[in-house]
Amino acid sequence: MHLALNWYLSLSAVLFVIGVLGVLLRRNAIVIFLSIELMLNAANLALVAFSQTFGDVDGQILVFFVMSVAAAEAAVGLAIIIALFRNKETVNVSEINLFRG
Amino acid sequence: MLETFLFFLFAVVAVVGALGMLIVRSPVSSALWMIMTLFAIACLYITLDAEFIGVVQVLIYAGAIMVLFLFVIMLLNLDSMPRMEQLDWRKVAAFVLGIVVLAELLAVISLRLDVLPEAVASSEAAEAASANNIGLALLTEHAFSLEMIGVLLLAATIGAVMLAKKKFV
Repeated sequence: MHLALNWYLSLSAVLFVIGVLGVLLRRNAIVIFLSIELMLNAANLALVAFSQTFGDVDGQILVFFVMSVAAAEAAVGLAIIIALFRNKETVNVSEINLFRG
Repeated sequence: MLETFLFFLFAVVAVVGALGMLIVRSPVSSALWMIMTLFAIACLYITLDAEFIGVVQVLIYAGAIMVLFLFVIMLLNLDSMPRMEQLDWRKVAAFVLGIVVLAELLAVISLRLDVLPEAVASSEAAEAASANNIGLALLTEHAFSLEMIGVLLLAATIGAVMLAKKKFV
C-alpha cells in the first residue's frame, strides 16, 4: 500500500547531498548551519522510512533523540556565531581566519 | 495512487525548498525556504504513519529551532545581501563531488541487496508506531538514553547562555 522503501531512501539521499553542497559552497555561517540541519533531517527521513517498513519503533525513538541533539547543537552553534560576530563583525567564514599568511 | 501522488507532491516541495535555501542570497530567505522543507518532511512522516514524529518535527524543528535561527539572524542584523561570488575551480570541484556522492548513494539504494529482513504488513507497522508504543519504549527500554538527553539539553542551555554573554564568566 505504501510506496516502496527505495523511493524514500532516494529522497533522503537527494536531500542529504543538497545539504552537503550547502556546507561546501556557501560561505555564510548561518546558511552552513541550516545545511547541517537539512542533512540531519534527511537522515531522520531514512530512519522513519525504515521504521515503517519493518514495524520497529526503535527507528522513531532514534529520530526523537536525533531531534533533541540537533536542537542542542543548534543552540550552542548559534551562541558561538553570536560570540564570533561580536568580535569580528562578520559571519563570512572565509574572513574568520586567524592564521594569517 | 493517492500515496504515490502525495509522496511526489511532498518530495518535490521538500527538494524545491532545499534548493531554494541553497541558492538565495539573503539568510532570512534561506531560513524561510528551510521552514517550507521542514513542513514537507513532516507531511512525509505523516504519510509514513509516524504521526507522533511528524507533529514533533513541526513543534521542535519548525517551531523552536527555526525560530531560534531567525532570532539570531535578526539579532545580528544580517540584512545585507552579498555580491555574486566568482566561480573558481574549488566550487566546481565541490559540486562535482556532491553529484558523485549522490550517484553512489542512488546506485547502492537501487542494488536491492538481500541483506534486509522481511518487511511487515503496513497495518501492523502503523500500530507499532503509535504514540502509545513510542512512550512505552522511551520509558522502559530507552529510559537511560532519555535521561541522558535531559542532561545534554541542560548542558547545551548552560553552554549557550555562557557563550553568548558579553563577559565570559
